[in-house]
Amino acid sequence: MTGPEVETTYREAMRDAIREALATDDRVIVLGEDVADYGGTYAVTKGLHEEFGRDRVRNTPLSESGFVGAGIGAALGGLRPIVEIMTVNFSLLALDQIVNTAATLRHMSGGQFHVPLVIRMTTGAGRQLAAQHSHSLEGWYAHVPGLKVIAPATASDARWMLPTALADPNPVILFEHNALYGEHGSIDPVGGPVDITQAAIRRSGNDVSIIAWAGMVHKAMAAAAVLADQGVDAEVIDLRSLRPLDADTLAESVARTHHAVVVDEGWLTAGLNAEIAALITERCFWTLDAPVRRLASAEVPIPYAQHLEEHAIPQVDDIVAAVNRLVRDGV
Amino acid sequence: MTGYELKGIPAEACRDLLRDMIRIRVLEERCAELYAASKIRGFLHLYIGEEAVATGVMHALDSDDSVLATYREHGHALLKGIPATGIMAEMFGRSTGCSGGRGGSMHLFDAATRFYGGNAIVGGHLPLAVGLGLADQVAGNDRVTVCFFGEGAMAEGEFHEALNLAALWNLPVLFCCENNRYAMGTSLETSESQVDLALKAAAYAIPAWSVDGMDVLEVARATKRARSMITGGGGPVFIEFQTYRFRAHSMFDPDLYRDPAEIETWKERDPVVTFAGWAIEQSLLTGDDVEALWDAARDEVTAAVIAADEAPLEPVSSLLDHVTATTEEVSS
Repeated sequence: MTGPEVETTYREAMRDAIREALATDDRVIVLGEDVADYGGTYAVTKGLHEEFGRDRVRNTPLSESGFVGAGIGAALGGLRPIVEIMTVNFSLLALDQIVNTAATLRHMSGGQFHVPLVIRMTTGAGRQLAAQHSHSLEGWYAHVPGLKVIAPATASDARWMLPTALADPNPVILFEHNALYGEHGSIDPVGGPVDITQAAIRRSGNDVSIIAWAGMVHKAMAAAAVLADQGVDAEVIDLRSLRPLDADTLAESVARTHHAVVVDEGWLTAGLNAEIAALITERCFWTLDAPVRRLASAEVPIPYAQHLEEHAIPQVDDIVAAVNRLVRDGV
Repeated sequence: MTGYELKGIPAEACRDLLRDMIRIRVLEERCAELYAASKIRGFLHLYIGEEAVATGVMHALDSDDSVLATYREHGHALLKGIPATGIMAEMFGRSTGCSGGRGGSMHLFDAATRFYGGNAIVGGHLPLAVGLGLADQVAGNDRVTVCFFGEGAMAEGEFHEALNLAALWNLPVLFCCENNRYAMGTSLETSESQVDLALKAAAYAIPAWSVDGMDVLEVARATKRARSMITGGGGPVFIEFQTYRFRAHSMFDPDLYRDPAEIETWKERDPVVTFAGWAIEQSLLTGDDVEALWDAARDEVTAAVIAADEAPLEPVSSLLDHVTATTEEVSS
């Protein structure tokens, strides 16, 4: 079903998705620090406690492990919790619950239990929040069997990936890039859930495949526009799902363009970028005209000062330069 | 010889309590033999000496209550209703095991009886109990979630986070601390600045008290009282059961940290032996009755061992099953 497109922001789209979930499924509850009166750290859940009450939009104390674990237990007990963690950095306090419990229960119990839980958290740099609020650790979660990991990059996906995640019988980690909340976009208000396992080709092109997710999708799109003026026709792939990876879409694209650049806001060493590069090399070795290139953040905790932060993470110019080198010089 | 008192416990219930303590004891002793024979591998943690806690608590619950336990959970699983055959086959790593051979000794699970493990991250399952309690509160049923953990878990942050949440939200959760005085080889006195454990729970405005965990009648009575407080809407309750494990922490543990005399002193309070002796003394049971309970338990466990030995292994082709669920699987 489709309807007339409406203008909105990423933040409002996510709020609409949560509102719809609360309105249409009594099992859905929202748990997290300051999700009620404060409205959520990034104002995503603002006002929802007034619509649905404090039992369903439930403030928690500063107890990441406790309330993520409670979300897992509530999911086992028949609810469909949406747990909000302020940032991926804080989620490390709940890593035990996510990795040791949510991801293992089904297997460890021989398939008797499942954990239908969505954990939302912000990721990414760009707001001068320094080294304990700015990291991109989604690759860590993508490493873990038993989890699904998604990263909507557009307002439309912010609106329509959540229903699919909530319908999934497994724990789904949903990453929201903190620089995207104000991003405008048009969405189909009655569009319906999307297949969250599919990557999306945001721009078709013939010369190079730029693979990105979350905040880096927008930089890749900006770079593609610059490259078009320079005579390079770039394809931009928004992964959307980080686990599982949509290897088929990647391989099909690279087989056409013969060049691949992976852009990761996380670090280079042992990053998700390495997994993607290896996957492309394994699948597309004979169709590649040059080695797979990786752009990632500098190997440094994200600094506060604006100019240092800018230099720590991949920027549009870096992507343009890397693509040009790859396509023109083969390196 | 003991201070057992029937107060409020029907005389006929004594046979059931003794039967179940004996069943746990026999199961565990057989496990130790099978470990020595390399039939059971991995880590194996025995509950011998602590049987009165699981038995007294489980007898005071409704069959629909949810139970979460630690990696020292064979007895709890057995009394929750997982057949000995399913437990033994799991420890043998067979497909008929209660977790399909994926869990082993530390991860016994059973959805049908609401037994949520078998959890081997110390303290990690306490937040789960909070969530199960929240789901029951939302559903408005009379179920209670019972969470067993050792005193070692009380040094973990998750203990404090879970008790705070349970109290804030007035959840129907019974926290059962099995204080066997040692977290692996670390004694209570060297791991807790406050050794009065009920005080720690009381700090979260939770009713909390300590009970003699070697006295099965006292354990059952305390649990009944706690359960009625919880179902009456009083929110979570914490009970410390003072107990002792007669064996080492696991089969790998040479037990270098305990004075043998201390172990012997506690063994004089063996909950199975003392309760059987008292029941005979009180003419609630005869010596023959007690012997029949041991025989029945041995038969039950022997049958489980034979069945486990004959049970098939999971095919390797099923290795990747149950990592994630499909919608079809969970709706069927």
